Amino acid sequence: MQLQGKAWKFGDNIDTDQIIPARYLNTSDPAELAKHCMEDADVGFAAAVNDGDLIVGGSNFGCGSSREHAPISIKSAGVSCVIAASFARIFYRNAFNIGLPILECAEAVAGITQGDAVAVDAGTGMIKNLTTGKDYQAKPIPPFMQEVIAAGGLIEHVKRKLG
Amino acid sequence: MGQTIIEKILSNKSGKNVTVGDIVVATVDYVMGQDGTSPLAINAYRAMEGKKLFDPARVALVIDHSSPSPLEAVSNLHTLMRSFARETGCKLYDVGEGVCHQLMLETGRIGPGSLVVGADSHTCTYGALNAFSTGVGSTDLAAALISGKMWFKVPETIKFVCNGKLPPGVYSKDLILFLIGQVTADGATYLSAEYTGEAIRAMSIEARFTVANMAIEMGAKAGLMEADEKTFDWVKRFGGSGFEAVAADADAVYARVLEYDVSALEPQLAKPHRVDNVAPLSELAGTPIHQAVIGTCTNGRLEDLRIAAEILKGRKVSPDVRFIIAPASREIYVQAMREGLLETLVLAGGAVVTPGCGPCVGTHNGVPSDGETVISTANRNFKGRMGNRNAEIYLGSPATVMASAITGKITDPREFL
Repeated sequence: MQLQGKAWKFGDNIDTDQIIPARYLNTSDPAELAKHCMEDADVGFAAAVNDGDLIVGGSNFGCGSSREHAPISIKSAGVSCVIAASFARIFYRNAFNIGLPILECAEAVAGITQGDAVAVDAGTGMIKNLTTGKDYQAKPIPPFMQEVIAAGGLIEHVKRKLG
Repeated sequence: MGQTIIEKILSNKSGKNVTVGDIVVATVDYVMGQDGTSPLAINAYRAMEGKKLFDPARVALVIDHSSPSPLEAVSNLHTLMRSFARETGCKLYDVGEGVCHQLMLETGRIGPGSLVVGADSHTCTYGALNAFSTGVGSTDLAAALISGKMWFKVPETIKFVCNGKLPPGVYSKDLILFLIGQVTADGATYLSAEYTGEAIRAMSIEARFTVANMAIEMGAKAGLMEADEKTFDWVKRFGGSGFEAVAADADAVYARVLEYDVSALEPQLAKPHRVDNVAPLSELAGTPIHQAVIGTCTNGRLEDLRIAAEILKGRKVSPDVRFIIAPASREIYVQAMREGLLETLVLAGGAVVTPGCGPCVGTHNGVPSDGETVISTANRNFKGRMGNRNAEIYLGSPATVMASAITGKITDPREFL
């Protein structure tokens, strides 16, 4: 899967309360959640982000609450992929389960600055910073997660197993 | 090679001898969702074409995050949960019954060796009962509701050995805040934590719940303790039986073993806006506060309310402070009423809200204004956590929160003991 867009940089420990504050959990509608994406980290993000853009976070991205609304709001805001130095474990599972591509790569995080054009091959984990011309290889995705991705998310994966 | 507690539980629940790094499919004993996460799980259950629950007697949905509902949209989500519970036959805990984690601890169905998944990150609390319990998202929850199973990667374990005796005025909350400050918010990511040592063994079971509850604040998948008489007494009190203690082998292999002597520990606080931004109280004494909260799945138990009432007795809350009390469950609420604790707290200036998560999760029941400072017994102080990104939150023990509410500024509770 080839993804390309502009990088939006965030720091370490971006928690799920910053990604989607609890005051907006009164809906399960992805379009509504998208309007408040990253609101408590960057108030202007949801209005300014373009389809295909990438979030580049530091370490422990998605820590805190188990709310799946967090990856849903990111995905429905049009973000094509999240690259971070590391992810909190519940966010990590949730992102795969709902079909939001995420990649762990500390070197890419260090080598990408706000506004850089970035291309990603979500299958191989190859990250290209088109602005600087540098390439980075993300950590491989565990085989079980690859099965979930191949099925198109956990819902489809479970349906196939049940079927 | 010896096994850690989590390796043993995952071996029992997957039917094979597992070791770190294995991916296993394990059977779950209990599945829980709350009103923030269940609606998405119900949607996912429908999308997966779920026909029935794996076992309705082992599934609970809890209305606690926005309880009673402050908004029409939330009311509709609550109705969705109620109809799902009627349709599937699972247990629904409605408005007023309490915080999901306290209710799960009070089921008698969770004890040593259990495996529990909950769509709430603080599900790790039951680790204090020697159970492997962990937070999951809504789609994972839906898969567990249908299959009664969940896949896990067997994690490495980080062991905390807490030697010595906590001094008077210093509590399990101070200890866990200190440990989180030591290892940081991602110091245990993808790892299971084991808490052991003399100081853990000396703690009441309620004090242990506080420690296990905050394992997620260091990124851990679980926060496990050994089972002892206190563990079994607690489970028996709620009608539970048939559990067997799961102990780590003497030659179990750990990613890290950290030893501390807690005998000289001071009261600790987490400063805005991160739980691992921890400092001894003495460095922060005198900071003015506007609101004090005692409650939540971390510190809303009877022991916590007793500590608060003991300090407040014969005193008044500062007129400049709003003091909010949220008992963690109806059981605790009623007992605190019978013991006269609520009378003490309320007549001295406190306001009791419905047992639930309200003030901690920022949906209602005490959203601070711009520029205000809150001191709370909760487990998170993230920016915006209590509903306002322009407010600041400090986290401390019930004793520290109570002492600070009396003076209107951050105060060492030992001044009142």
